[in-house]
Parts: sequence; structure tokens; C-alpha cells
Amino acid sequence: MPSPSRPFSLSPSPALHLAVALDGAGWHPAAWREPGAEPTRLFTAAHWASLVAEAEAGLLDFVTFEDSLALQSAHPTESDGRTDQVRGRLDAVLLAARVAPLTRHVGLVPSVIATHTEPFHVSKAVATLDHVSGGRAGLRVRISGRADEARHFGRRSPDEGRAVLLDEAADHIEVVRRLWDSWEDDAEIRDVATGRFIDRDKLHYIGFEGRRFSVKGPSITPRPPQGQPPVSALAADSAAYPLLARATDIGYVTPRDTDEVRVAVAGVRGAREAAGGDPGRPAHLFGELTVFLGDTRAAAVRRLQRLDAAHGSAYTSDAAVFTGTPVHLADLLLEWRAAGLSGFRLRPGVLAHDLPAITRGLVPELQRRRAFRRSYEASSLRGLLGLARPANRYATPAAAPVPARAARA
Amino acid sequence: MNRPLKQIHLAAHFPGVNNTTVWSDPAAGSHIEFASFTHFARTAERAKFDFLFLAEGLRLREQGGRIHDLDVVGRPDTFTVLAALAAVTEHLGLTGTISSTFNEPYEVARQFASLDHLSGGRAAWNVVTSWDAFTGENFRRGGFLPRDERYARAREFLATAHELFDSWDGGEILADQDSGVFLRDAGAGAFAHRGPHFDISGHFNVPRSPQGRPVIFQAGDSEEGREFAAADADAVFSRFASLEAGRAFYADVKGRLARYGRTPDELKILPAATFVLGDTDAEARELAREVRLKQVSGATAIAYLEHVWNRDLSGYDPDGPLPEVDPDPGENTIALGRASVRQFRDPFAVAKEWRELAAARNLSIRELVIETTGRQSFIGSPATVADSIDHLVQEDAADGFILVPHLTPGGLDAFADTVVPLLQERGVFRREYTGRTLRDHLGLREAPGPAAPGALTASGRTAAHR
Ligand SMILES: Cc1cc2nc3c(=O)[nH]c(=O)nc-3n(C[C@H](O)[C@H](O)[C@H](O)COP(=O)(O)O)c2cc1C
Repeated sequence: MPSPSRPFSLSPSPALHLAVALDGAGWHPAAWREPGAEPTRLFTAAHWASLVAEAEAGLLDFVTFEDSLALQSAHPTESDGRTDQVRGRLDAVLLAARVAPLTRHVGLVPSVIATHTEPFHVSKAVATLDHVSGGRAGLRVRISGRADEARHFGRRSPDEGRAVLLDEAADHIEVVRRLWDSWEDDAEIRDVATGRFIDRDKLHYIGFEGRRFSVKGPSITPRPPQGQPPVSALAADSAAYPLLARATDIGYVTPRDTDEVRVAVAGVRGAREAAGGDPGRPAHLFGELTVFLGDTRAAAVRRLQRLDAAHGSAYTSDAAVFTGTPVHLADLLLEWRAAGLSGFRLRPGVLAHDLPAITRGLVPELQRRRAFRRSYEASSLRGLLGLARPANRYATPAAAPVPARAARA
Repeated sequence: MNRPLKQIHLAAHFPGVNNTTVWSDPAAGSHIEFASFTHFARTAERAKFDFLFLAEGLRLREQGGRIHDLDVVGRPDTFTVLAALAAVTEHLGLTGTISSTFNEPYEVARQFASLDHLSGGRAAWNVVTSWDAFTGENFRRGGFLPRDERYARAREFLATAHELFDSWDGGEILADQDSGVFLRDAGAGAFAHRGPHFDISGHFNVPRSPQGRPVIFQAGDSEEGREFAAADADAVFSRFASLEAGRAFYADVKGRLARYGRTPDELKILPAATFVLGDTDAEARELAREVRLKQVSGATAIAYLEHVWNRDLSGYDPDGPLPEVDPDPGENTIALGRASVRQFRDPFAVAKEWRELAAARNLSIRELVIETTGRQSFIGSPATVADSIDHLVQEDAADGFILVPHLTPGGLDAFADTVVPLLQERGVFRREYTGRTLRDHLGLREAPGPAAPGALTASGRTAAHR
């Protein structure tokens, strides 16, 4: 049994990885009412461009963009009809693409709902995001058992059960990944002598035949610059650990305290061994935290109380809720890092306040403790995450470089 | 004619995955790298073009059971690259070709509404109806749609998308921080559509975008395609760029509008057009010949012949005479995944015509294909080309053109620098953008919606005339 306190990351350094989850005005339902929230600009490109620029100024690994195929809702399966919170959102892949040309280093990770989308479209969309961003695309996959989303598509019953949807999501990701590899890197030859633009022996049918669908391939889009953009998913509980182990590079988990961190780390590691596939999946395990930051702990608590009063009830979350100073948060992150997580996806309670508190308060604090980069050390998202560019599964073995992970094993 | 001069509309088609695009030229760049798209879009915007246009095909083309390797292969995802282009342009319209067969209305409507928000009102959708089972193999549902239902699904798809766009009227978001009212109306986005192809209901989750609805394009020649355009489109992407064929198509499609309560200026006819410029007409003709030779290699000529003959002709010499053997009358299985297959409707008639032409002018296979396919629409000095374009528009063969350069990404540069100024001098093309949205550029009125009293949705309009 590997020690549960060993860092999840492949890297032995104590450094941790940081991502921020962008959504509307922030994760608290009353975030849009805070100073600086500019709630009438939530559907403008400028709003998203300034958030992503702030994340990049803070040297974060990546930002994620939330998405759903229905209005936001506090109800588990139906629209809640509320009018006092942000409702409406833009397509996450398009948002990521819109800000890509305006940034140079930060990773861009849109959410996609596997349950209702075509893996062929998703694969080429993320490949294209990787092309337009110069190798900074990722993908965060979600499933949906919501009745409202199912009715928006009218194609399937919402009662199939989570196990089925998780299994199907793994197939979805498998197709997305095979399509990314369906072009070898050097397939485009432009051989004027023979008149051939491509070497068609380097394009591959993926021939996926799953229980629920089949996809032929190849993709219409050449292999993305990263080869395989990092795929991530949130595991709300251990039922989703097999999906993390089968299909993802980054898993997100929601422990409440350090003991729960150890349990989650051991659980995902166990799923990784049970899966018996790629031992590098997931390569990273990130903890999720909703954060309300302040110059003092009391100030942070007062902010959350003010938000709760505006909202009319206390904030609840599937993830841990942190209130305190950036220094306190750094303490907590390093403790959880030592318990086995390799990074964190922070959900700012109020983007207008807590995102700059992360980039200008937490990040310098982590840097002082030598736990966070002082400049971007790589130009791709895989590079920032310490992941080598993988060989193409369809490339002839002679031409394929030895994958870094296989070499280590 | 004493009516005022028509203003010309111009668009830039990013070079496509067919033999119009010359990749063997030393100046030919990447078809995938974003820098190529940026260069192309910025040239179009510098020239004050109405919009950039992207085609799409959802399965790589095959020839004789193998992936066709003679033309450019591969393109980016349409929505993703258009959203990125919105960041590097300010005025240029962004038109994407998206199939109504291999998508679902809720998802496509939110992608276009998102693109319209993120571009400040510059989105357009070319609704295409590719239905084939060959393409279907890349999708969960497979090739589920019979050919004769392609436009029924397309029309219902578009009507449903319009219902989704119109489910927000634009006034719902109050976002009053003091009172805590974000939405004025709890019913924002509510919709219910029940029809043979879609039975969906709930709430659309993208608030009304700057244009309300994206500009709608149609591309397809059939009777049903033309009727679809007359009923529901704002613009048609057509194949007919010559004077006679253009005038006939223009009159036919515009003539259908009255039945839908629409006026001729509510539908723009924009044929695809290629061009070759030279300092003189003679130089341009010489350059055009060189371009044609690059577009039609010996292997490409044989591939073209195989489309018509529907058999393997790889043993024939492209510099020799046409085959004696007749076309195979069966279903065309030689070339898959390309639109042009359907152009050759009667292969025997085409073969007969080609043989007669080859005999009369003593043409080899390659010379014949150069002669009969894809001759450039406009060849000449900038003055000659400007003249032809203006003439065709004023004579109602078109309302403007979607230009398809043969080089990526610089194929539009000379046109922008030399032809556009001449059109501006004539007073038939804008010198500056006067509006912000693509609807403004195209002179289209605001999209109908729930905010416009008495407006009918697309489905309402067609239903009233059934
Ligand atoms: C000028 C032109 C361009 C077209 N471009 C595309 C395209 O990019 N992608 C596509 O799937 N179909 C394209 N089509 C095909 C049509 O949209 C339509 O699906 C096809 O022509 C069948 O319809 P029809 O029988 O009405 O012609 C194009 C058609 C025309 C005339």
C-alpha cells in the first residue's frame, strides 16, 4: 500500500497547482450584489476577458468554465424558478475560445456535459481550442441526470441512473481521446511530387463500438498541439472514482477536512490500481474549496454573513467552505497537499473580490513558502501540470517516442 | 436604369478542403493554425467586408474507399474558431456552416446565441442539410435521416431554434443590486416545442443576444432548398456567379418571397466566387491558367472523372484520352463525403458531353477537367474585376459575392488592396462600417421576436401558408 500522505502528483516537489473555477459573478448566490460585480456585464466578452487576465496575472495553472444545459437551479433536477440569483450562461467552450487569443499562458478548461453531447463535436471543439490557444486547452466532463436538461433534448429518459451515466461518460471521453489521436502528428506531408497533402496511412479510423454508441472517425481536425489536452472530472463521491481512474488526467474531490483528504486520496489510488489501466490516471488529484477571503478572519466571516443575509439563508456547498485570510488558506492548502492532494480548484465566493484575493494574496503567500511558481515555466497546459506530451496510440511503435510514464514504471 | 445603385455585399470564405485551394504553392500556409485565420479575418475586416464564412463537413472525404489525400484535409471546429476570431476582429460578421442533421436545437441555439453575445452581434448560421449515413457513422445516432426528410428536419430545427432565441425578449435581466431582483420575470426562457422531429420543453439558458437571432443562411439548390430559403433565410449561399445563371436563380428565389409575406430585400443572394487578379487582363488570364494547372493535377483529374464514371479509373493516363467505358449506373460509391457528387445528376449525359467536348477540342483528361470544372469566376485586372462584380450586382445576378481565394491565408490580400478601393470609388461598397452588427452590414432589419408586436416566428409564418 502506498503511503496515503505521498503527494498524488508525479512530481516530488512540494509545489502545488492552482486552478480557479469561473462561474457567473462567483459561487455565492448573492455574489452578483457585491461591489464590483457588474452584474449587467455577465454576458459580455469583456467580463470574461478581465477574469481570465486576472487569473493569468496570478500565474494560475488554469481556469475552468462551468456549464449546464439548463438554467442554474438550486433544485436537484428541475428549474427552481428563482429570480434573485444569476440565471443564464454562455457556452463554456465558446467562452474559453473567446478569451484564448487574449491570453498566453493560463490553461482554459471548459465544462462539457457528456450525457447530451456528441463526442465527435466535443473532440474537435477542444482540439480547436488547443489550436487557437497554442496548447492550453483542457476539458472538464460532467454527467447530467437532471430532468430539465433531458427535456431540452427530448432524446432520453432522465432515470437511467448515475452508474449508467458515469459509464457512458467514460466511453464519451474514450471517443474524444481516440479522435485526438486519429491524426498522427506528421500526417500532413504536402508532398508536391506525388500531389498528396496527407499521408493517409497516418490517419486512423477509431472504430469505437460501445454499448450505447459507435463512432467511426477519423476526426476532421488534426491532432491538437498537446496531443491529448488534459481531461478532468469532479467525483462527488467514491462512485465516480472509477471514472477518474479510467479516463481523466485530473480528478477533483470535495473533502471537508484533512482526514477526508486522506480517505479520498486512498480511494482514488485504490480505484487507479483496480482499473489496472494507465497508472497515471488521474495524474493529479485536486481538492475543491469555495473561498471567502479577507484581511482578517473576522472580515472574511463578516463578508460571508453579509452575503448570506442578502441571500436569505446560510451558504451551503458540496465542497468545503473556507473563510479566512490568504495566509490561513495557504496553511490549509499545504496541509492538504501534504495529505496527498496535488492541487486545488478554488471556487471564489465573489469573483470581483475573491479572485484578486487569490491572485494577489494567496499566490504571493504560497510563493514565499516555495509552494508556487514565480513565473510560467511551460507554454502548454500539460507542461504546467508536469505531464509529458503523450505518444500517439495509433503511431507505429518504431516511430513512437517512449512515453515518460512507461519509462518510469 | 434610374433606380439607385445597389450596394455590394462582400464576404470572405476561408479556403476549403477541395481542389480550389492550392496547397502546393510556396506561399500556401497552414489551414489549422490560428495565425492563418487571424490573417484572413483581419484582411477581410481591413477591406470592410460584411463577413467571414466557414464551410463544414463532418466526415473526411473518401475516394475509392480510402481517405482522399490530394486536397487540403482537416479543419477546425466551426464555433470554436469563430469565437476566437471574435477576439481579433471588431466589425466582421462571423458565419458558420452547421448541420441541422447531426446536431440538436437546444445546443446549437445556445452556441449561436453565445457567439452572438461574445462577438457583439456578429453571428450567422449557414443551415445545411447533409443527411448521409456515411457522415452519420461519426455520431451517436448514426445515419438516421432519410434523404427526403432533410429539409423537413432543417425547417423544424430552425423553427425550434427561433423559438429558443425568442424565449427571451431582452428585457428580463434587471440585475438590481439593491433590491436583489436579477430577473424581472421567472418565466424567462420558457419554451415548448412539439413536432415530428423535436419534442422538447423547458427553459433556454442564454439571454437574448445583440442580434436577437443570428443571421440565417441557406445553401442548397434543390426545389425544397429554395423554398426553405424563401421562407426562413436572410441570405443564400449559391453556386451561380455568372450573369445568366445568376439572374435566373436570383429571380427564381426572390420571386418566392411574396408568398411568405416578404420583400425582395429581405433575402440576399450571395454566390460563391473565385478570382485571379493581374496587372493586366492578359497577365491575369495567364495566372489563372497556372492556377488551374495547380488545382487540377493529373491525379485530381482522374479523381474527378471517377466521380462521374463511378468506377476506378486509376489505370488511365491523365494526359491521354477519356475512357471508352461507360459510367457505372449504380449508386455513387466512389466518392463519399463531398457536395459535388450531387452536382453530376445524370452521369451518362455528363460523360457524353465531356466526350464530345474532348473530341472537338482534342483535350486530354486533365485538360478536359480543367476546362469543365471550377473555372474562376473573375479573371482580370482590378478594374476589370471591379467592373464585373458591380455589373453582376446591378444586373440582379447577385447582391454580392462570397469570395473563395485559392491561397491560405494571403489569398484575399491583393483583392483588399486593389479591387475594394475601386468599388468604394464607384460608391457601391462601404468605406467604413456604419453599423455594429452583421444585420446592420447586410441591411437586414432587426430580427423578429417577442418584443416586436405582431411578429411571427418562422414556424408561424410557414404554417400560415401551408
Ligand atoms: C454553395 C454551396 C455551399 C455548400 N456548403 C456546404 C458545406 O459547407 N457543408 C455542408 O455540409 N453542405 C454544404 N452545402 C450543401 C447544402 O447545404 C445541402 O445540404 C445540399 O446541397 C443538399 O441540399 P440540396 O438538395 O437542396 O442541394 C453547400 C451547398 C452549396 C450550394
